[in-house]
Amino acid sequence: MATIAGVFSRPTRPTGIWAWISTVDHKKIGALYGVTAFVFFLVGGLEALIMRLQLARAEHGIVSAEVFSQLFTMHALTMIFLAIMPLSAAFFNLVVPLMIGARDVAFPRLNAFSYWVFLLGAFILQTGWIVGSSPNTGWFAYAPLTAESFNPSKGMDFYVVGLGVLGVSSVAAALNFIITIINMRAPGMTLMRLPVFIWMTLVTSFLLVTAMPVITVGLIELYMDRTFGMNFFNVDAGADVILWQHLFWVFGHPEVYILILPAMGIISEVLPTFSRKPLYGYPVVVLSGITIGFMGWAVWSHHMFTVGLGPIANSVFAITTMFIAVPTGIKIFNWIGTLWGGSVDLKTAPLFAIGFIFLFIVGGLSGVMHAISPSDAQQQDTYFIVAHIHYVLFGGSIMAVFAGIYYWFPKATGRLLSERVGKWHFWLTMLGMNLAFYPMHFLGLDGMVRRNYTYPEGMGWDFWNMVSTIGAFILGFATLIFVHNFFRSLRKGEISGDDPWDGRTLEWSIPSPPPEYNFAVIPTVHGRDAFWEQKHGSGHGVHAPAGGAYDHDEGHGIHMPSPSILPLITSLGLGIAGYGLVYSFPVAILGAAITMFGTYAWSMEPATAPDEH
Amino acid sequence: MEHTEAAPHAEHATTTGIDHRKMLIWAFLGSECMFFGSLIATYLVYYGQSISGPGPADVLDINTTTVSTFVLLMSSLMMVLSYSAISKGDVKRFRVWILCTAILGSTFLGFQFFEFTEFAHHHQEFECPPALDRPAQYPDTACMDGATHYEANYGLTPRTNLFGSTFFTLTGFHGAHVTVGVIWLLSLFGYSFRRRGEDLIRDGGLNVDLAALYWHFVDIVWIVIFTVVYLIGVTVA
Amino acid sequence: MEHGRHPAHPTPMTYLKVAAILAIVTFIEWAIFFAPESMDSIKLTVFSVLSVMKFALVVMFYMHLKFDERLFSMFFVGGLTLASGVIIALLVLFQALL
Ligand SMILES: [Cu+2]
Repeated sequence: MATIAGVFSRPTRPTGIWAWISTVDHKKIGALYGVTAFVFFLVGGLEALIMRLQLARAEHGIVSAEVFSQLFTMHALTMIFLAIMPLSAAFFNLVVPLMIGARDVAFPRLNAFSYWVFLLGAFILQTGWIVGSSPNTGWFAYAPLTAESFNPSKGMDFYVVGLGVLGVSSVAAALNFIITIINMRAPGMTLMRLPVFIWMTLVTSFLLVTAMPVITVGLIELYMDRTFGMNFFNVDAGADVILWQHLFWVFGHPEVYILILPAMGIISEVLPTFSRKPLYGYPVVVLSGITIGFMGWAVWSHHMFTVGLGPIANSVFAITTMFIAVPTGIKIFNWIGTLWGGSVDLKTAPLFAIGFIFLFIVGGLSGVMHAISPSDAQQQDTYFIVAHIHYVLFGGSIMAVFAGIYYWFPKATGRLLSERVGKWHFWLTMLGMNLAFYPMHFLGLDGMVRRNYTYPEGMGWDFWNMVSTIGAFILGFATLIFVHNFFRSLRKGEISGDDPWDGRTLEWSIPSPPPEYNFAVIPTVHGRDAFWEQKHGSGHGVHAPAGGAYDHDEGHGIHMPSPSILPLITSLGLGIAGYGLVYSFPVAILGAAITMFGTYAWSMEPATAPDEH
Repeated sequence: MEHTEAAPHAEHATTTGIDHRKMLIWAFLGSECMFFGSLIATYLVYYGQSISGPGPADVLDINTTTVSTFVLLMSSLMMVLSYSAISKGDVKRFRVWILCTAILGSTFLGFQFFEFTEFAHHHQEFECPPALDRPAQYPDTACMDGATHYEANYGLTPRTNLFGSTFFTLTGFHGAHVTVGVIWLLSLFGYSFRRRGEDLIRDGGLNVDLAALYWHFVDIVWIVIFTVVYLIGVTVA
Repeated sequence: MEHGRHPAHPTPMTYLKVAAILAIVTFIEWAIFFAPESMDSIKLTVFSVLSVMKFALVVMFYMHLKFDERLFSMFFVGGLTLASGVIIALLVLFQALL
């Protein structure tokens, strides 16, 4: 066994940084995802602040038109692919095995591989800032603006290869969570007993697995055009540049649900816990989530209403899009129904969750407005759309992420985040968010076009732009408060105990932070909200050992997967190959060889090292 | 190839009773459907949209490709026989059949290489245009001495036209999948010599099953490509 | 816990029969291709039907989906349906169909 793998002797019980590099523990990988993604969230925020400074006044000269183009492109790519998606992945990793009563994910090393590939893809995507030419076409990169002749800088190549590598990471992680959720549930955890967050993880994972290949094909075609002079988007050869738009949005709209469904899952956990009531209409919420996932495939051309697809296509996509408001509305009513009559404990986590409901309704309403295709013709490419997307992605996804962080931080660390600072964080976020993005509705309806690096004086846009910039900086300040809260609480936060919120799901039945093996004895589940039932119901919710079972010796007989550096090596090969595809093919072949070596060594290496038995 | 990837204690006790890895490969194949589906969609959307030739009817040779299709189909038979052998613990037969599979797969790749180079060097007879219409780069040796026809290169490369780009990208990515498959099969062949193939037999031939499912999938993708690009593509053109 | 079906897999004889059908169908396709041009309109239908047949045979017998877990069929047919849907939708949108 050790002949090939023995080249790198396997780390046993590593400590310090080595423990992180070689970890296959879902909790540690979740932490890596979370911290990395939050750093990129700050980077994306910084880009936004520079843009807001530029737009604070008419004809401001802080950045050039070219730099502004790179800023808005990278802001979107960073926030979508390097912040929100991996923040969701962080929650999947931290929470999914704990919620379903499992000791790890189905493929622990593949999980580590997903993280490292994500990190390398993120580097590739950000390389543009170092070499001085980031992607500058908007995150949707419409052809033919991306053609070699119009866009000769390396920026677009980093876009193509970076997103391709990130796609590998997403698909690998999504496959892993599909198998984990279907195949590693504790006894008695039937599908209709799964927490809603698990359901939304499952739907999101299926969307990732099916949507990512479509954009991958688009990226391959773009790469072929740029690198080998092929004709996929070459109008002179008879190509139709609209094909790119279709491929992009066939992926792009499911992607929107990839960003928002995990958020909806988090809200569906936080609200019942702090209302001390079960989720109102559980089966309907689950079904709505699945319906949204399916319908997400039939609406993509609403991003292309002004392209000229014709009245029939526009009408069809307008109607399917408006239909999506139905399951979404159902969910919102169910969340309100959960709060209704509950003894709501307004801690920071539920505050963010309630903030989510308010802001997401605003974003949803403007969404229905541009689902109506004639109305969209007025709104297309204006700040009205920018307002919409920030109400659903910041007001939606990010608010839910913060709700989730306040909710699960004590489980991950054993300490509570400061509630006092948390309240400041929440109210400043609400204030900053609405000041920054609400005026964009007015600006957009007043005709201010998005993606322009400046605007002339005397258009009547100065006031609301200044308000928006002030709001953006309040938002930035609020985020810094959170960072302070995070680091302070990590060291000095109040000790939380195992179950600080009187939780409903299995993760609260184990110590905080959980031991490496999560569950000393795999629980048997007898109903929905199993842990709550056990505490407050008939006492039959879950059969788990009494608290004293978690001695230090308890984990002795449990064989956990051993650490491995092969996921890192395999993904390093992929990263090197990525740079090779941009700069030189021999390097790409070298990278592929490293990945192949890694794959061989990986397949020969047992998941649990024999000497650890 | 991977073994014991499953989390501890999970090998024998999964919720559904299905092995993690087998579920993984099927979910992965579902994802691959979307990948090839998008490539085929591109091919079809651009079908007949090329501004210049050559087109499918000019270069595609149904005779050759029927043979290579047959070769790939038979490789699937060899594959299923090798899986059948290993699941009965017959390592010797397994080795024979899996080697046959890899050889047939390589033969298919050989056909594809031959096809691609053939397309690039494709020549065709052209009618001589009136002397005055002849463009500047016109081969000046052709059409002398009152000839009415001349032969010239009419090759297809990925850069020639839309058809070339879509055709080579679609079939090229299929070929890449076949290549990965051949490497996988040869690895299993080599692996069967460790401890007389015990590791492959132990779990009912699961390692071979995974490779086989991938291999058959690549085969059915070709069935679609052969019909859409070759048979129908040339007939309609 | 329901336990996975452990189906009786087909025998090598079945595999050979399937292979024979695959070979014959491929030969028929080749023959039809060279049939007179007047038949072109039927050819497309015939090619499609034969190809679906070959596809189904390989999936059902060689990938033993016919005998295996329903979940696998759901994964695969799900991906297949979605992919076909995208292809058809794009063809309609580009007015190559309808
Ligand atoms: Cu959309």
